[in-house]
Amino acid sequence: MPAERNAAARRFPRVVGETGRYAGIVLVVLAVFGGILLVAGKNPLKAYADTFLYTLANAYGFSELLVRMTPILLTAVAVAIPSRLGLINVGGEGQLYLGAWMATAGALSFPHLPAWVLLPIVTLLGFAGGAVWAAIPGILRARKLVNETIATLLLNYVAPLIVSYFIFGPWRSAESSAYPQSPAFPDAARLPSFFNTRIHAGLIIALVSLLLYWLLMERTRWGVQMRSIGGNQEAAQRLGIPVAAWIVVALAIGGGMAGLAGMGEVSGIHGRLRQGLSPGYGFTGFLIAWLAGGRPLGILLMAFLFAIITSAGDILQITQGLPYSVVNILLALLLFIVLARRPARRAAG
Amino acid sequence: MNVPAAEADLIEARSITKRYGSVLANDRVSLTLKGGEVHALLGENGAGKSTLSKILYGFTRPDSGEILRGGTAVDLRSPRDARAMGIGMVFQNFMLIPALSVAENIALFLTDLPAVVRTSAVEARIRRLAGRFGLRVDPGAPVRQLSIGDQQKVEILKLLLAEARVLILDEPTKVLAPHEVLELFQVFEALKAEGYAILFITHKLREVISCADRITVMRQGRVTGELPRGKADAGTLVTMMFGEKGVGERGQTPDAGRATRGAKDLLELHGAGTRARGSETALRDIELRIGEGEIVGVAGVSGSGQKELGDLILGLRPLAAGRKLFRGADASRWSIARMRDAGVAFVPEDCLGMAAVPGMSVRENLVLGTGRRYWKGASIDWGSLETRMGDSFRTLDFPLPRLAMPVGGLSGGNVQRVVVAREMAHEPKLVIALYPTRGLDARSAVSVRDLLRKVRDSGSGILLISEDLEELVEMSDRLLVMYEGAVVGEYPRGRWDAEQVGHLMTGSGEATRAG
Repeated sequence: MPAERNAAARRFPRVVGETGRYAGIVLVVLAVFGGILLVAGKNPLKAYADTFLYTLANAYGFSELLVRMTPILLTAVAVAIPSRLGLINVGGEGQLYLGAWMATAGALSFPHLPAWVLLPIVTLLGFAGGAVWAAIPGILRARKLVNETIATLLLNYVAPLIVSYFIFGPWRSAESSAYPQSPAFPDAARLPSFFNTRIHAGLIIALVSLLLYWLLMERTRWGVQMRSIGGNQEAAQRLGIPVAAWIVVALAIGGGMAGLAGMGEVSGIHGRLRQGLSPGYGFTGFLIAWLAGGRPLGILLMAFLFAIITSAGDILQITQGLPYSVVNILLALLLFIVLARRPARRAAG
Repeated sequence: MNVPAAEADLIEARSITKRYGSVLANDRVSLTLKGGEVHALLGENGAGKSTLSKILYGFTRPDSGEILRGGTAVDLRSPRDARAMGIGMVFQNFMLIPALSVAENIALFLTDLPAVVRTSAVEARIRRLAGRFGLRVDPGAPVRQLSIGDQQKVEILKLLLAEARVLILDEPTKVLAPHEVLELFQVFEALKAEGYAILFITHKLREVISCADRITVMRQGRVTGELPRGKADAGTLVTMMFGEKGVGERGQTPDAGRATRGAKDLLELHGAGTRARGSETALRDIELRIGEGEIVGVAGVSGSGQKELGDLILGLRPLAAGRKLFRGADASRWSIARMRDAGVAFVPEDCLGMAAVPGMSVRENLVLGTGRRYWKGASIDWGSLETRMGDSFRTLDFPLPRLAMPVGGLSGGNVQRVVVAREMAHEPKLVIALYPTRGLDARSAVSVRDLLRKVRDSGSGILLISEDLEELVEMSDRLLVMYEGAVVGEYPRGRWDAEQVGHLMTGSGEATRAG
């Protein structure tokens, strides 16, 4: 596959090539989904125009896109890093919850620290929460006990329960006893937001993480080692690369990224820990990383696209009276088309 | 060749020839299988046994020659045709579905299976046949609960229920414990009594002598002899398998006068043993020394533990018993990385599978496994890597491939060159060569051998694991023979004896240590 990528790079700049690829996918999806809207008796052009108007052509709408994009960028990186070693991390959701939980623990434990001390602590704890949660499947896999796909998946069901226990129990806020949630974060533990919108510093963290992911994989000797494990584990092992250690480390770093996503949600958006923190950001991140083939630019574009699609769900609900779940049709279409393209690409490579 | 006795002949192969590229896998091979006879097909790995059996089972079509069923020529285009002719085969890897029961597995194989399966009827048929031939298994048991020996019984039952009259068994005893082998031979007796023909493929002499009625020996694609029971003794068979002068003479030409033992021990194994995982062979009580400037060859039929020995030295598998010393230091618990840093290099048979990453560039593959030599901060000092590796390619007289090219896009020979150049770049002390010439054409094989000799002459030690006896004889300064995970013989250069080595490899001789 890298051969094919190099060949593409020679023909035209990579950015143009990748953008064109994704634009093509999007066009086909929009056409098919338009047909479905027609059958449902709606006007697809109106629906698309509304979506465009309330997202890309509108300052507030655009800012909301970036807000939606923040966690899914991070959960996509959380999947992409282990995938370079041939590991499948389906646990972004659980790692996000654990990150949010640890970040909350930090924010509530040191309410009197100044922001310049507290925010790094909260950020690190968020990373650590996700990292620990992903390291457990990592260790099990490295010892050849349990497949990491299954372990990460199952831990997704455990993490929200831990969060629930704390917000129903020890951390339950006194101010609103009817609604289970933690007390509000001290201001020093809130990520700064920008331009009077909900865009918060988490977006910068997400973009930097994406860049670091690329640097780590393509520019460092650690990246060479990790990719060698993904490319041929038997050879990597025989060449003395510490395969077991890398499996744990890569999953932990990935989990840490998802943990940062959770930290961003509690500290940047909600300002407290509550249930239903994530409407499946972890799973969306998995789709994005997978559709983008782990390529950083693809992740960026796909995350943006997914932000538009999920926004479209809200907008169509209001303007066209369509149920929110129509976006699931849209997502499924996207998936089908990418799946259908895949064998062709392999044959070409 | 014998004159076929018309009635009893079930299957006859006449002058079968099959060529794969430059290799003549079967060269005018003829073989007759008679009802009521166990016919053993004996030969080393690569002698052409598997090719012949695949042709008889319709898996492969011969380039020339014909197959006769009951005296008339037949065209076997697929295993389906072969099954219709009453030919069945048990492969080395069983074709069973672990989650299904014995009866279900067998039912799946039957061609006359109705849409609604009456399991009880199938089970009754199984019980009847099982009782008659001593193939006792519980038809209701799921296959995953069965021992390997019982799974083999299921495979045989499958063929019997499908009304096969000719049974081809490809190395059936390889996976069996000794008492299971005896049981299998009793099954053979019962089948013979009812007129079945059995083709028993193996390279274990002792088994052949104890159960076969007729023995065909193959070497390098040709039939070197056919003997009836009684005329076959171990000596004759070994000569047929390995050739008159196969072992012994050739090796004495180029290096005849060499000292047989290096000055200093590089690697020592004392009482080393491993546990077997899956179908691997457990190593037992290995005593081994590899000195500076010597090539230690390891001979043995496949699966005797040679690969495991190489992996043990490399550090890929832990010692269950004994000690490993490298240049005097206890290396029993060293990681692979540490062994490599200390100067152990590894040249495998399948470079793309075991020593390179196909999706990564040549440049990146060259840095893998070089330890910390080219670390520069968080990155790699690509410049000095390229200089050093360029030198290595030049020294070896290999053409330098494009460094940005993915290794998976190179030809097999060039992949091996990349791996060899990398492994030789830092003057290794010890080279583990695991079947380094398997699959290479004759010229490349010669250059690999020359290279190993050059490395040896520069003072390194080499462990040469090979299945090519002539190569071992030519190259080895000392020759070890392995059988079932143990070293059963050790000879200094020029002192080996063809017959003895053959006996040891096939498990029909006494252990000797002439070193």
